[in-house]
Amino acid sequence: MAKITVDGKVFDVDPNNNLLEEILSNQQDLPYFCWHPSMGSVGSCRQCAMIEYANDDDQRGRQIMACMTSPRDGARYSIDKAAQFRAQAIESIMTSHPHDCPVCEEGGECHLQDMTVMSGHTYRRYDGKKSTHTNQDLGPFIGHEMNRCITCYRCVRYYKDYAGGTDFGPQASHNHTYFGRFQDGALESEFSGNLAEVCPTGVFTDKVFSKHYARKWDLQSSPSVCAACGVGCNINPGERYGTLRRVVNRLNDQVNGYFLCDKGRFGTGYVNSSERLRVNMVRSAHDGRPTEISPTEAKSRLLALKGKAIGIGSPRASLEANFALRQLVGKENFYAGVSEVEFGLLSQIVEIYKSRPVQAASIRDIELCDAVVVLGEDVTNTAARIALALRQSVKNLGRELAAKMKLPQWHDAAIRNLAQGRKSPLYIIGPAASRLDDIAKQVYIASPADTARIGFAIAHALDSTAPAVTDLSAAEQSLVASIATDLKGAKKPLVVSGTSLLEPALLQAAANIATACSGAPGPGRIVLTAPEVNSLGLMLLMDGSQNSLGKAMQSGARAAIVLENDLYRRAPAATIGRFLSGLEQLAVLDHLQNRTGEAANLVLAAGTFAETSGTFVNYEGRAQHFYATFKPAPEIRSSAKWLCDTEFGAEPRIHVLTGGAAALLPNGYKLQKLTPGADWNFAGARAPRQHHRYSGRTALRAHLNVHEPKQEQDEDGIMNYSMEGVPPLKDSTIFSSPWAPGWNSNQSVFKFQKHTGGELLQSGHGELLLDVPAADKTWFAAVIQKPVVEGFALFPLYHLFGSEELTARSEAIQAKATGAYVALNPADVERLGLAASDGVQVQHNGAVPYLARASIAPGTVGVPVGLSGLNFQDLVTPGLALNKASNWQNPKDWRASNIIVSDAGSTTAYGRGVQGR
Amino acid sequence: MSNLIASTAPKARKLTPEEIHDIEHEKTHYPYAQAVGLEALKIVQKYQGWVSDESLLAVADYLELPPDELEGVATFFNMIFRRPVGKNVILLCDSVACWMLGCDGLKAHITKRLGIEYGQTTADNLFTLIPVPCLGACDKAPVMMIGNDTHRNLTPATIDALIDACQARG
Repeated sequence: MAKITVDGKVFDVDPNNNLLEEILSNQQDLPYFCWHPSMGSVGSCRQCAMIEYANDDDQRGRQIMACMTSPRDGARYSIDKAAQFRAQAIESIMTSHPHDCPVCEEGGECHLQDMTVMSGHTYRRYDGKKSTHTNQDLGPFIGHEMNRCITCYRCVRYYKDYAGGTDFGPQASHNHTYFGRFQDGALESEFSGNLAEVCPTGVFTDKVFSKHYARKWDLQSSPSVCAACGVGCNINPGERYGTLRRVVNRLNDQVNGYFLCDKGRFGTGYVNSSERLRVNMVRSAHDGRPTEISPTEAKSRLLALKGKAIGIGSPRASLEANFALRQLVGKENFYAGVSEVEFGLLSQIVEIYKSRPVQAASIRDIELCDAVVVLGEDVTNTAARIALALRQSVKNLGRELAAKMKLPQWHDAAIRNLAQGRKSPLYIIGPAASRLDDIAKQVYIASPADTARIGFAIAHALDSTAPAVTDLSAAEQSLVASIATDLKGAKKPLVVSGTSLLEPALLQAAANIATACSGAPGPGRIVLTAPEVNSLGLMLLMDGSQNSLGKAMQSGARAAIVLENDLYRRAPAATIGRFLSGLEQLAVLDHLQNRTGEAANLVLAAGTFAETSGTFVNYEGRAQHFYATFKPAPEIRSSAKWLCDTEFGAEPRIHVLTGGAAALLPNGYKLQKLTPGADWNFAGARAPRQHHRYSGRTALRAHLNVHEPKQEQDEDGIMNYSMEGVPPLKDSTIFSSPWAPGWNSNQSVFKFQKHTGGELLQSGHGELLLDVPAADKTWFAAVIQKPVVEGFALFPLYHLFGSEELTARSEAIQAKATGAYVALNPADVERLGLAASDGVQVQHNGAVPYLARASIAPGTVGVPVGLSGLNFQDLVTPGLALNKASNWQNPKDWRASNIIVSDAGSTTAYGRGVQGR
Repeated sequence: MSNLIASTAPKARKLTPEEIHDIEHEKTHYPYAQAVGLEALKIVQKYQGWVSDESLLAVADYLELPPDELEGVATFFNMIFRRPVGKNVILLCDSVACWMLGCDGLKAHITKRLGIEYGQTTADNLFTLIPVPCLGACDKAPVMMIGNDTHRNLTPATIDALIDACQARG
């Protein structure tokens, strides 16, 4: 630590950080644009000017840019004395800005507004012509208004340098500088939405939000968790007039940091969907017309099933909802609502975490790793935020080189220049090219089973006590040797795999590699992705029970309660159809209409993550609490509340159920740390969900009734559906939308961090439920069952946009998704005699279009999961017969242009060193 | 950029053998493809007169660079022409020395004679007029370039003679 004096005040600072970061961390206000805690400094905007004095006698000093300066121990600085320069700098930046704040969506949460006011530029002297630009159509997610640009270059530094996008950049120079694409068209990066938050003004805005816009201070919001995949990014949803308007990032320095993926940000439209279940219904027969019933009647009919029905839980429902169902039907009648294969995979993950000396790596951990091997998991499509973290991990070599040259770690441009494209090693082994191939040291195409074999061989090369694999090809042997050398040479090696290829041997091979990497520096680092937001929570709640969905269907039950689960996505349609038609009573609780609900006698409208509170457990075993953002119509209730029997009182508060679930979980006591306690208050006041500047409270419902209604009550406590209360400025467990005087934008979050860019005050990481066991190295046997395949060997392909059940029913996601297809090697396309416009008849299924992908091995076929037009669950055999479809016409929802892959079409893709077997 | 994107968008043309030969020669001078980008654009401009979308895409394909990145280079440099220009590009200096010695009058003379403003091209495609900030010959101001030749101590009469010569060449 160093001591510096700034305008007479003494601060303790870390000399390894830049001065701007340290000034902000000491709660001082200093304007900036181009600097960002996740992206380091380039010193381009000249806003953070300060004066540095040579010694005590120096009265004049010299001007410095704080973001480009390492604090000097004992030095004297001034913020005030550079005020005039900063005002001049922003005055010139603002000459072409349109001052259209009243019609700009950034208005009221604009970093540029804040900085302009802070810098003292309050009167415009420039009366020349402003330069203007033509905007581009950047696709369904991001709006573009270039005239507002102040050329801080943050968008490029994020999109290209941080997120690895290639289809966006700066054009022209001086006052013509333009930020956009070569041509109009949708941004290709899966992380484009962050531009709306990274841009300090209104150049890049959330287009989905634009369609039903409200000012930041008019949005009711709460700390929440994204329900779109197993990563569990922290989000801050905003509601107005009873509809969910947008999702923005909520900082959790261990999980999502400052960034979200586009599925999470733009995929919540289903909450407002016309396909939402908004009333409760009964049907006398399976195919009868539904009749609406009151919530009271619905609940009593549901509880009447107690003692008769089995319960089928859900990996996308909260711990509390699953627990309530388990209590209602009894442990022995509670079944995990996941497919047989998935049940096995998730059990395997839990076993690995509980019995091996390995630690699940958080997103932040991944960013710090310096050698990575990815076994078969296409994380960009299954757990996108992890892909963005892997992109940061390969930059660690540059940081290491910089440290040797004594370059400060914040010196972004210098480090990139020094690295010249040199990267920390990342190896990707899997059945097709992926979106991370451009940063990989080597990509190796192999079937899921062969990927596992290579994985086992890597573990053996790292630790000879691990089981060996004998029949490797020469190419595989050299790959294994190269990976083992890089993992051994790394300070923080990491292995990434997951459930998506449905291959348990992959998980075991990954566990062996992580086990081999464990030892002196600590447990081996591993990432095993889980398919859904609460997959791991559900498995932990099973508490050793082997009740899978298959067992539920064999149980002979005559009645069933299905919790937030479309069973048709879990098993072959015929099997599910038989099971459902054999039931006398079927109760379904869900958000949206689906095939399972259509077969139900009793349908209950269940609140989404945005309308209910509860707990999700992510892929690491990290439990995180989410608070309801708004109160739904009285007909819609949280599943947890619907399912509550009198055991907990008819309408128990959520913490009672959380406590009940906690008793079943490892380290369950930690769940109570997720909130400040159900009865938290300050002088009797709770935390408000609405901003203190929330407008129109008394007028919101005036078109219905001029009498102002009572504020909605939240029986769960802690937060209010109101602007009244004590904003939780310090306690990040109930901290949603950051705001501080003078800091209206999301940049204000630094005011609530222990150190700028780092942890929030009073934590807010969630709680890790799984301890790293003090286990010896034990190995999974390298036994891989190679399926005997007739026809094409199929492997699942996931799509970030379209494979997940709920987000796929959001309009914005549909605009970026496609209908089903099959992906084939061009040689197989030729062999099947397919012309460009032909379709493919898939055995056990319908006909679909095809996509030729050069990286896919001949004889294999990639089959998308969850896209309309193909039911993956119906493809029961490992081999598939494919034939040319006769009388074929491409369906309307076939949108090949939405599939962004490097290996499609006939021409060579650039920059991708894809190697085949 | 994915090969599947944007069917109505311009497509890369084929580079000519001469262009490929020259680009290959430049490649031997630099360790990275990015560094060759600017030289390759200059080569294309040398043969084509300007850099069309189709040419830019062709260079991007050839060097395996994202077109967006190459477009950043192409648009950064004023002398890479992203729109068609006339056979003779007149670069008239409007910097301080030339301004003191009457470049404004010369510009008015050219505009009157050829009927084009800065940035415009004559209908016969012979001339394009572009201002430049300095040609490094202030001691002989006013100065302009036509093509690769610098012309000094200009007067309306010398300009007329230069234009006549260009028109005579056709």
